[in-house]
Amino acid sequence: MSKPQDEIAIKVEHLTKSFKIPLESSNGLKQKLINTIKGRKGYRTFTPLNDISFEIKKGEFFGIVGRNGSGKSTLLKSIAGIYTIESGKVSVNGTLVPFIELGVGFNAELTGRENVYLNGALLGFSNSEMAAMYDEIVDFAELHDFMEERLKNYSSGMQVRLAFSIAIRAKGDVLLLDEVLAVGDAAFQQKCYDYFEELKRENRTIVLVTHSMEAVKRFCSSALLLENGNIKLIGTPEEVADQYIVDNIQKSNKKTTNSDAEIESKYIDLLEGSIDKVELNREQSLLLNLTYKLKKEINPMVGMSIISAGRSIAELNSIKTGLSSELGKMHKVEMSIPMNMFNPGLYSVNISIFKKETRELIDYKLDVGSFVVEGNDQSRGGVIYLPTNWKQHND
Amino acid sequence: MKLANIFSRKNRILLRELVVTDFKLRYQGSALGYLWSVLKPLFLFAILYVVFDKFLKLGKGVEHYPVYLLTGVVLWSFFVETTSQGLNSIIKRGGLIKKINFPKYIIVISGTLSAFINLLINFAVVFVFILFNGVEPSWSALLVIPLVVELYIFALAIAFFLAALNTKYRDVGYLWEILLQAAFYATPIIYPMQRVLGEGKDFIGYILVSPPAQIIQDVRHVLITDDAITIWQILPLGATLIPFGVIILFSLLGVYYFKKNSKYFAEQL
Repeated sequence: MSKPQDEIAIKVEHLTKSFKIPLESSNGLKQKLINTIKGRKGYRTFTPLNDISFEIKKGEFFGIVGRNGSGKSTLLKSIAGIYTIESGKVSVNGTLVPFIELGVGFNAELTGRENVYLNGALLGFSNSEMAAMYDEIVDFAELHDFMEERLKNYSSGMQVRLAFSIAIRAKGDVLLLDEVLAVGDAAFQQKCYDYFEELKRENRTIVLVTHSMEAVKRFCSSALLLENGNIKLIGTPEEVADQYIVDNIQKSNKKTTNSDAEIESKYIDLLEGSIDKVELNREQSLLLNLTYKLKKEINPMVGMSIISAGRSIAELNSIKTGLSSELGKMHKVEMSIPMNMFNPGLYSVNISIFKKETRELIDYKLDVGSFVVEGNDQSRGGVIYLPTNWKQHND
Repeated sequence: MKLANIFSRKNRILLRELVVTDFKLRYQGSALGYLWSVLKPLFLFAILYVVFDKFLKLGKGVEHYPVYLLTGVVLWSFFVETTSQGLNSIIKRGGLIKKINFPKYIIVISGTLSAFINLLINFAVVFVFILFNGVEPSWSALLVIPLVVELYIFALAIAFFLAALNTKYRDVGYLWEILLQAAFYATPIIYPMQRVLGEGKDFIGYILVSPPAQIIQDVRHVLITDDAITIWQILPLGATLIPFGVIILFSLLGVYYFKKNSKYFAEQL
């Protein structure tokens, strides 16, 4: 199936990119001389991208996902022309505006206004174009009173706002966005999302590199999953997001469940938890196993929370259940949670143990396991599954 | 690097923006500000003048020696600044190069242009000295313009080469410093050529085929005094072309090497 050439925005053919990484810490002429004399190469070759081919059509919102080190950024930089390609071909149809980072070229010693013009020039805008956009940029960033101040007197949030305001004014045929969502507070992220919605409505071609599966599902029309420099999957956002989540869980469930922050506990020897399944459907129940061993005689209370997208969506504890406080013995607790209240998605579990009377936290473990609730119900989103009853009244 | 693209509108805007930024930032926070770009060569001049004119009497037999000396110092400072700015330009803008794709030569040119602006400011000082010293102005003084352009081209060629080399091997800066020091004494900046006449015409010829020496002497000749011995007074016509040959060679080499390596700056930085 061949497409007419003008419908393709970006075409990547057999792209392979490798880097030479110097083996020594010093990369001076002296080292080069020594290496030449000794006949050593002095570097090793690292290939973050291996024979990548894909096409992005005009008007597509294309997501690129993958674990850290899978080659996402290298791919984006190769498309943006920052890296030179030795093998393969990348063709871009139209002007391309890359946002590998917000506020490229920002200088702390310059004023906000000067930085706007400098950043604009780097993105390829003329002074008159920037002058025309300037008020809009300042309005959007809500920084009217600060434009004549030097950037070093800005808070980091203000800097991000200014940088982002410039970015959203950039009118290119193709936008490359790398992890833009990673910065800023919730309100700012909402602004990003609003901006993406707008881009989608305008049918602009966007390439988004992200770790947020929520963003992929919400905005992308198709997506690509990279694994160790190879394409693992190109498909619908749902397929790619699900595959990414499953891959991630398999990796993270292998690691030991030591708590991220150790509490020096005088009460407890051991607290461990695990879940029985990784993939569940809404009819099944999740079984959480929890083991603890006490050092002192206290009345224990176990808590757990279910995490989705970094936020606790449900918290449960054993306050109504009497738990054994016998010393030196392994106590096992089992907890079963039906999944019928969950929408499809990725969840993880944290556990904690308290003194029942005082609610003093004595130990906890983060991310004892993750699970996916499977399913594909187009009529729902979010975390909670609510039974609904739709009626239509035609007057 | 297509020739038509080099000074496309987009690149010109970027170049101007970078030069203006460089210039604004250069002396930011210093009490005397831009005055420093005049004061630096003036101080050097004052030291050299006291040591070499007053103590060692090197200037005997050269008309207007103080201005003669100042002109040499200003031109040499320009050469040093241009090449050194170029040397560090790519590394200094590393963050930028890794995040955005734009023609890299703009960075080198922008660095050297701020040195060029400095030269213009310094030349204003030179002219004040010329007037004070009672040098008779002549139309031939206009030849200074093509001579300065020649020096700029030579310095820029070296700047391109060094910028690319330094990105790959970070110790180039130290090497260049040493070479510059040697070149400072190999170039007739302090000593008038009359002082080395005793070594024979050949020796003077060797000194004058280096582009900076040729240019500095020519500038002095057209601007200040006929006492400045130039390459065309010493060597046959054919040999006077050697400095130009050197400049063309360096330009080709510098641009070729820069072009070849600039593709990989984003990875090397």
